[in-house]
Parts: sequence; structure tokens; C-alpha cells
Amino acid sequence: MNTWVYIDHFKGRALPASWEAIGLGKTLGQVTALVFGSGIQELAKAAFEYGADEVLLVDDATLADFRAEAYATSLSKLAVERTPGLILFPTTTRGRDLAGMVAIDLGTGVMVDVTSLEATGDKITVTRPIYAGKLLTRETCSSRPQIITLRGRAFPKPAQQAGRSGTLTRVAVTTGEFPTRVEGYSTTEGGVSLTDANVIVSGGRGVSNNPALSPPAGLDEKQAEIWRAQQGFALVIDLASVLGAAVGASRAAVDAGYVPYAHQVGQTGKVVSPDVYIACGISGAIQHLAGMRTSKVIVAINKDPDAPIFKLARYGVVGDLFQVVPALTAAFKQKMGK
Amino acid sequence: MKIVVCIKQVPDSTARVVVENGRVIWGDAPLIMNPWDEYALEAALQQKEALGGSVTAVTIGDESSKEALKRALAMGAEDAILISDPALVNLDTQATAQVLVAAIHKIGAVDMAFFGRQAIDGDSGLVPAQAARLLGWPALTLASVIKVEAGNVRVERGIEEGRQIVTAQLPAVFSLTKDFGEPRYPSFMGIRKATRAEIPTWSLAGLGIAAPLSVIAWPEIMNPPSREVTCQFITGSGPEEIAETLANKILAEKVL
Repeated sequence: MNTWVYIDHFKGRALPASWEAIGLGKTLGQVTALVFGSGIQELAKAAFEYGADEVLLVDDATLADFRAEAYATSLSKLAVERTPGLILFPTTTRGRDLAGMVAIDLGTGVMVDVTSLEATGDKITVTRPIYAGKLLTRETCSSRPQIITLRGRAFPKPAQQAGRSGTLTRVAVTTGEFPTRVEGYSTTEGGVSLTDANVIVSGGRGVSNNPALSPPAGLDEKQAEIWRAQQGFALVIDLASVLGAAVGASRAAVDAGYVPYAHQVGQTGKVVSPDVYIACGISGAIQHLAGMRTSKVIVAINKDPDAPIFKLARYGVVGDLFQVVPALTAAFKQKMGK
Repeated sequence: MKIVVCIKQVPDSTARVVVENGRVIWGDAPLIMNPWDEYALEAALQQKEALGGSVTAVTIGDESSKEALKRALAMGAEDAILISDPALVNLDTQATAQVLVAAIHKIGAVDMAFFGRQAIDGDSGLVPAQAARLLGWPALTLASVIKVEAGNVRVERGIEEGRQIVTAQLPAVFSLTKDFGEPRYPSFMGIRKATRAEIPTWSLAGLGIAAPLSVIAWPEIMNPPSREVTCQFITGSGPEEIAETLANKILAEKVL
């Protein structure tokens, strides 16, 4: 089957799920990578090194910023001309909008956020989580091309083979009147993205309950609670930085104003699937568990031995997170030679 | 400013959702307005309050979906419309977008169409961008800040790397994230108004379209494989010993 893979990137930096998509595409046959942007030669090179046989490169100044409308117009035109059987996208903010628009242009459908896939001839059957992973559904698409977005970390990332090459085809951009203008970005530097993370350390409501702390004078009750929570989250962040981990949070912690929404894991936050998930002071409400239940090794630290989080955990500590978490940070620091 | 909010009724996020005999059930958990749609409605109401105009809530569903519409009315929407037709079953996102776009056209002269970022049942998150594509309007998805000035709109959108700041002209489609700010509670007056409201129902014939074709089929819905884990509780003489044992156990998993 002729499989296309859209390489999602921000300013030339690819999201790892793009390479995972090439890896999956290779199991089905030849892979053509779609590299769109401006000044993105290096990305085309990387696509070959991750296994693409061909790259369709649309390198144009008008594509310097991602705009779904402009990208979709070029992509759809190529698909009409070259009739791929399958187009894979990573399930990212950009991938989702783009896949949705291209499906409209081509009169087909999208199977979104897929976690496994089987092919019989040119017909794909996917499995994907719904209800934040409380259930799974199998889906098929009756029209062509089949368009699929792949959940990050659901498929293995292929090894990068330095110097590997393939057919580079330069394609002109399809111009048009596009309705949006990108004015700029406010980017969060340095943080590890939750959906790409191998390791996540999360904090819940429990991080604000350290009885040993006395907040500075002059704070009202709510401010004092936030102050306590910030001290608690500092411990979570310390452990995360030793492990190179992303920082997550429960909805309760986000709703209480302890950390920004971008950190929320669960049904109305991010659905994650790291190798190690360390839950600190998280009791495990069902909507939180739905968002992290497919993590490989779950570790829970909580003072309540009956907390539901322990039902999913491989390792549990019933105890005071304010003592256990810093001790764990120190232990990893020593063992990992940091 | 003529504003439409597209909403969906879903089982509560705290519901224990399972498949039994091939059917999805959620026990006695209530059906609610999709939580992300509440942010969309809040954004719509704030635009109306700032710029004047009216908010119309629209949903596709059966008679029971009027409850979600009543919630929208109670929160402050002026009008609500139920789109209901026996042919509207098992809609994929493309078909859903076509129906909602037909409703937006029928309402007419709409300036802003708001959606939640996704529904917490199907988790697709495709309908806003697909509706925008069908309408030919800008898709300002995952918006957390919206400012309208003289027909121009400036939006901050959540992306993996932070925020993208985008400008466009109205009419436009917006999808909202939780970053926008907490939705309001229904007011007492709002609840009274919603209780008395007569909600019109539009059929496919009323919309002037044929039943849209769904190309995505879902022949099977399953419970996920159960996680057979027995928690191994780590104990010790103090935090240091516990941490030492726990760190060794985690490292022995060879996943770090």
C-alpha cells in the first residue's frame, strides 16, 4: 500500500510521533513522508533516516508558520494528484486539524488517535480509545484514502539510520487566500511534553497538605493553600528533573489553582502513556485513572491506603509524600550519578 | 454579534462506562453537557456581553438532549435548537460537521460558531476544524484567549510548544480549552426561563439536506483489557529506606 506520513514539526523540530508513524507505515509497505514548511531541508533528511522511501517536500516561505488551512490545501491537492491509499498523521494539535480538513477536502473520514492497527489487503481496521480510555472501539473507513491519526508512543519509534537516503521530490506550494495570520508565539521552553514523555511525575491535591510548613504572614486562607501547594509541587518538580520527566497534575490540583491546566492528566486533560508514572498525593478519581491507566509502571505515593490509585499501581508507598518524594529524589540522584 | 454554540450531551466524566452485551452503559450516572462545551458556551456568553447580540445553542440528538440545551439556556443562551431525525444515527465526525453547518446556514448571518475542543465520549476533536473547512471560515481551534475588535479577532491557541497567536476576520469557528476560564453556573432566573422554554426541533427536511453519509464505521466497542496488577507496597524503617527500595525496584524495571 502507498502510505503517506505527515511529518509534524514546530519550526523544523519534529514531534517524535512523526517518526513513529513512519515506522508503522514501513510495516505496510513503501512510505512517502510529507515535509511542509519553510527552510526544512534537514527535516527531509531526517525523514529518510527514519525510514521514508520518498519525501514530498513543500518548502515555501508562505508555510513558515503552521496554518491548517494553507497546509491542508497543499496536502489535499497532492493527494488528489497522487492517490495515496493511506495517510498517517501524528495525533497532535496540528495533525488533528489538518487530518480533519483534508478528509473534508477529499470526501473521506478520519480514524483519530489510534493505538493499534491491522491491514487486510488495503483495508485498515484500527483500534482506538474512547471515553478517555474507559472503552476501546474498532473502526474502519469505507472511502479512500483512509486517514488515520496515531497516538504518540503507541507505536515504536524506528532507529535513525545516519546517511540513509531516498527519492526527494520537490513540490510547489498550492497558493490561495487563507483566512488566518500568525502574529507570533509564546512558547514554554525547557519543559518536557506530557504526551511524549517516557516518565511523568504527577502531583495531586495532596501536595498542599504539608503540616510541617507555616505560610508567610499576611496570606489569606486560599493564598496560604496555594503557597503550600507550590512548596509541594517543588518536590514533584525536583523528582521530575532528576528523572528527565514531565510534570503532570490531577484535575483537583489544576482546579484548585496549584498548577496550570497544561499539566492536567485525565479525561478533560491529557491522556498519557509513559513507561513510568509516579503519582504523588493523587487519590485516583476515575477521570484521572482513565488518562494514565496505560502507563507501563505506575508508582503511587499516598497517605491513604484505600486510595483507588493503588489498584492500578505496581508499587505503592503508604506514607507522607513530603518525606518520601525528596528521599526518592535523593536516591535517584545518587543511583543515576547526578 | 450572532453567535452559535454547538454542544453535545454525554455521560458524566465521573461515570463508570462499560460495555455490556455489546451496549455502552454508564449505570445511573447523569447525562450532562459535554464539559468542554461549557467552556465554549462561557466564551460565547462573554462575547455577547462584550459586543451585544445573541447566543443560540444547537445540538444533535434525541428528545433527551433537550436537557443539555436547557442547561445552555439556564447559563444564559437566548435560544436553543434540537436537531433530531431518525436518519441521524451513528454519525461520524464528517457527517456531524455537515449537519451542524447546515444548521449554521439555516440560522443565517452567524458571526461566531463555538465548539468544545472535543466531546468526552467519542474523543475525536475533529468537528470544529471540519465544520470550519465546510463553511470556508478560519478554524481558530484550541483557543484560550479571544479578543474581537471591529470584525477582527485575535486568538491565543494552545499548541504542544506553548501558544500560537493568530488573527483572522469574522465569521470564524472557535474551539475552546479549559484554559479559557471557568464556566458560570446557571442563574436562578436562567433556570426559570429554561424550564419554561419551548425548544424547536429541526429535522433533516427542515435543514434542507439529505441524510449525510458516514464513512467511518465502528463495528465493535470493547472494554479495555483489565490491568492485572497487585500493588506491591514498599515499607521500611523510614523515608530513606523506603526511597532506596523503591528506586531500586523502579530501576530494575529497566524502563528509565
